[in-house]
Amino acid sequence: MRLIQPGLLKKLGDWFDGRLQLAQSLKETMEHRVPRETASWFYVFGSAALTVFGLQLVTGILLALVYVPSGAEAWNSLQVLNHQITLGWFIRALHGWGSNFMLAIVLIHMVQVFLFGAYKFPRELTWIIGVLLLLLTLGMAFTGQVLRFDQDAYWGLGIGASISSRIPVLGPWIVNLLLGGPIIAGATLSRFFALHVFVIPGSLLAFVSLHLLLVLKLGINEWPMPGRLVRRATYLKEYHELTQKDGVPFVPGAIGKDLVFSSLILLAIAACAVAFGPFGPSGQPDPTIIQTVPRPDYFFLWLYAVLSLLPPSMETPALLIGPAIVLVVLLALPFVSGEGEKSWRRRPIAVLTILLLAVALGTFTRLAGNAPWSPVMNAWSKDPIPAEYLSGRTAKERQGALVFQAKQCHNCHALGGIGGQRGPALDQVALQLTQDQLVRQVIQGGGNMPAYGKNLSPAETTALVAFLETLHPAGQVPARDASRAVQ
Amino acid sequence: MNSPDGVSRRGLLAKVGLAFNAAVGAILAVPMVRYLLSPSFGGGGAGNESWLSLGSLDQFPLGETRLATYRNPIVYPSDGETANIPCWVRRLDGEKFQVFAINCAHLGCPVRWFPQSGLFMCPCHGGVYYEDGSRASGPPERGLFEYIYKVEQGTLLIKAGKLPTTGSPSTGLTNISLPGKKPPCA
Repeated sequence: MRLIQPGLLKKLGDWFDGRLQLAQSLKETMEHRVPRETASWFYVFGSAALTVFGLQLVTGILLALVYVPSGAEAWNSLQVLNHQITLGWFIRALHGWGSNFMLAIVLIHMVQVFLFGAYKFPRELTWIIGVLLLLLTLGMAFTGQVLRFDQDAYWGLGIGASISSRIPVLGPWIVNLLLGGPIIAGATLSRFFALHVFVIPGSLLAFVSLHLLLVLKLGINEWPMPGRLVRRATYLKEYHELTQKDGVPFVPGAIGKDLVFSSLILLAIAACAVAFGPFGPSGQPDPTIIQTVPRPDYFFLWLYAVLSLLPPSMETPALLIGPAIVLVVLLALPFVSGEGEKSWRRRPIAVLTILLLAVALGTFTRLAGNAPWSPVMNAWSKDPIPAEYLSGRTAKERQGALVFQAKQCHNCHALGGIGGQRGPALDQVALQLTQDQLVRQVIQGGGNMPAYGKNLSPAETTALVAFLETLHPAGQVPARDASRAVQ
Repeated sequence: MNSPDGVSRRGLLAKVGLAFNAAVGAILAVPMVRYLLSPSFGGGGAGNESWLSLGSLDQFPLGETRLATYRNPIVYPSDGETANIPCWVRRLDGEKFQVFAINCAHLGCPVRWFPQSGLFMCPCHGGVYYEDGSRASGPPERGLFEYIYKVEQGTLLIKAGKLPTTGSPSTGLTNISLPGKKPPCA
């Protein structure tokens, strides 16, 4: 015997719709006609972003059941989630990997929309709201990193405060507003919790709804054909004709690939969560533990690299004006090029811009992975000098090698490929600098090297330079002072 | 019912209602905005800072630089360990000190002291400072932030309570890269 009689379900549905009266408009929405070619694997990223957003909402609420947004207890509650609550680690991992996937998908979606000219008339507002959604997503990423209240979060907040402090006039007030007080403390975490859990998700929901409404009202961007130009006067009519002549109902004609791709993405997030586990937390947020090497999360690594590589004098202008310029360019884009060619095949500058940005972000992210600009804080006690640089050397030269280690030279200078990369590798330094130049460089510094004059005795300097003079490939003559050769 | 000039009673009431709501909204907004901005304007600034002990002088050997910690003057229960702030204390001679903030003058990461080479190094973006706190190399545009200190009854006191940042080296901190003071060997 069937539990539910066939007619019952329909009766129940009719009862609800008799009151809600939504069925007709829902049906029309689902079956609205879209251009046939938009049922494409290129058009699946927006819906995938929405799906991951849903996952973040669900896992976020689950985490909030256990997480304690208090500076004194947040870190411990993350440990409880990781180790004590059943599957707490998995929910954390889903949320963490979900955030990485969401940012990646949002960026890919944006690139696709840009290259397919979808931001042009009449979809300018859809693009602008999309830009806001990108900012909100980045805001979620940063505030989420803070809620994982560990050493990286603590010092990351310090970096955020230092950057904000450089805003002219208002800087100091903004720092206090950001931190909720004069220092990074419990109040800071509480307000980032409010941002991450109420303010930004609320705005995201509102703007995502508007974004979707606009997609429905204005229709999905048609597949761009080279030579088919957008004109304000005729576009709406042309688009309508296209959907009538060569259109399909969105459901079921175009939604299939969206559904498949969204499922695949969810599966990929789950696979990453199982395989790699949750992110952190790293050490507890105790500022007195200074043996720490703070690093930002993956999506802010490029910024970390930029902040290290910019010349000091350019830094503040770049930090304050750079984001404003990027924002203005993004917001102005649909008004500056609201008409004309949509196809990326006829928009070489658009393609080059994307390639340039991708290469730049990729390079900076990769550089930040090994951070050659940071001294390796423990190289002097961890990384040995290669044995071949020591065998057959005089006592003085070996003493110099000891000085090299003891005075932390190794933290910034690599030998045999190990050690810091802040300064140049010294494997062949004797070919480039004469004895006098070496002495001068060590004592006076220069070229971004500190002066060691006050911290080396004459004997130590002599020994160190004697060691440095042995650093050249066998068979090659070290640099010599030509004037001395004459004497 | 319309009056001769076209203003209906219902229309007028709606307008009055709207204005009433706006007025009440504005009245409520004042305390809300004040609450929101209180970290910046509600008795902030110099009021956050006070004299704090770093311990007795004999903890700081002559000519050496040691890590000291203090508890922030204003502490809430939710602060936990974040209210414990470290700083570097350099004893020059007798009662002459330099007390450096832990935060790199570039972007605030914790600098570490290497007594062997007499340098402070930052693990984040590679800022390096000499033993007197002046800039040695890397991205910082200035030397380390320095706390104002005093010695009372054999105890070292500093004025602290605020995160030092480039844009607002707080009132209790002095800028040590003053013109006229040159780094060693420059």
